Amino acid sequence: MFGFLFSLLIIFAASISADPLEDQKLFRKHYQRLFPKLTLKDYADGIYAIDDDSRESWQIIEEFPPYELAIEAGENWFNQAFANGNHYSDCLPNKGIAISHLYPRWDKTQGKVITLALALNQCRQKNGEAPLPYKKGKIAEILAYLAFTSRGNLIGIKIPDSDTRALDAYQQGKQYYYQRRGQLNFSCAICHVQNAGKFIRSERLSPSLGHTSGWPTYRLKWGEIGTLHRRFIGCHKQIRAKIPKPQSDNLRNLEYFLSFMSNGIPINGPSTRK
Amino acid sequence: MSSIKIRIKQLKNDITQVRALIAHPMETGYKKDEKGNKIPAHYIQELTVKHNDKVITNSIMGSGISRNPYFAFKFKGGKSGDKITISWVDNLGFTASEKKHIK
Repeated sequence: MFGFLFSLLIIFAASISADPLEDQKLFRKHYQRLFPKLTLKDYADGIYAIDDDSRESWQIIEEFPPYELAIEAGENWFNQAFANGNHYSDCLPNKGIAISHLYPRWDKTQGKVITLALALNQCRQKNGEAPLPYKKGKIAEILAYLAFTSRGNLIGIKIPDSDTRALDAYQQGKQYYYQRRGQLNFSCAICHVQNAGKFIRSERLSPSLGHTSGWPTYRLKWGEIGTLHRRFIGCHKQIRAKIPKPQSDNLRNLEYFLSFMSNGIPINGPSTRK
Repeated sequence: MSSIKIRIKQLKNDITQVRALIAHPMETGYKKDEKGNKIPAHYIQELTVKHNDKVITNSIMGSGISRNPYFAFKFKGGKSGDKITISWVDNLGFTASEKKHIK
């Protein structure tokens, strides 16, 4: 009972404090209490950091992972020139290699959070190509390749002080995370903060810390590789909430908030999940 | 880019583990595209695995197997330097083959 009150207290504290670093500290302290054996880097493995049984089968899958084909396909798409001769790499810093851990980032000129998926589609539009659908297929494969080149890099999301709108976007993401919604009246935090590690029917709930490290993911449920925003949408369906659009303001801000919470955790995408 | 990826591992007691991931659409012929037209059947019919030049397994496959199929099996008698060849033939007559040596 005391533990429950304590976690409520943390959630309450996290939702009123205004300083992202303070939020981050409280967020981590909560998980530290739930899973005292884990180090920060362990959270990159998601649910498999805390569920030993499924970790075993996951490790066998990761020895010869089903997303290998997607990485290869993604590399081909990425290196293919647009009709005007330009490449994706012309639009991205460091030619797109080993940058996944720096996204989503705040863009001052556009005044919004730019995820890597959005950056890829903006690049396509700038070069006169139609944008790709965001949930699966080509874009997931390209993101898989880019994440693969960034493996092991620590997530390093910045909220620049120079632009107050960045902090606003972060706060909106946080608000979205703790806001109850849908017919079941759940917030993200109810499952992934308060009840992380507990069973929901047969499955364990994963901790939110590290939620953004392993994307895109080959989910056994999907039987293919899909993006983080596809998974966000899946969560909305499960709590019977209104379905948001992938890469909408709300979801991008949510990704910004979650990634900032996960700063310092290595990227291990693409990965496999149940 | 080969459509077959192979991993080989020597286990204890003279046992060799072979795993293969094959990129193939494996269309059943019953699926429809966005316009409602049937997507023609396209699936692997026969998969052959050779150890050096000897066929060690030969499977007849149908459309019931999922896209990008994964095969894993173990056999006895594999030695370092031996060659494992995996090849398939599909119902449209396409073929692919890939070989790998045991480490």
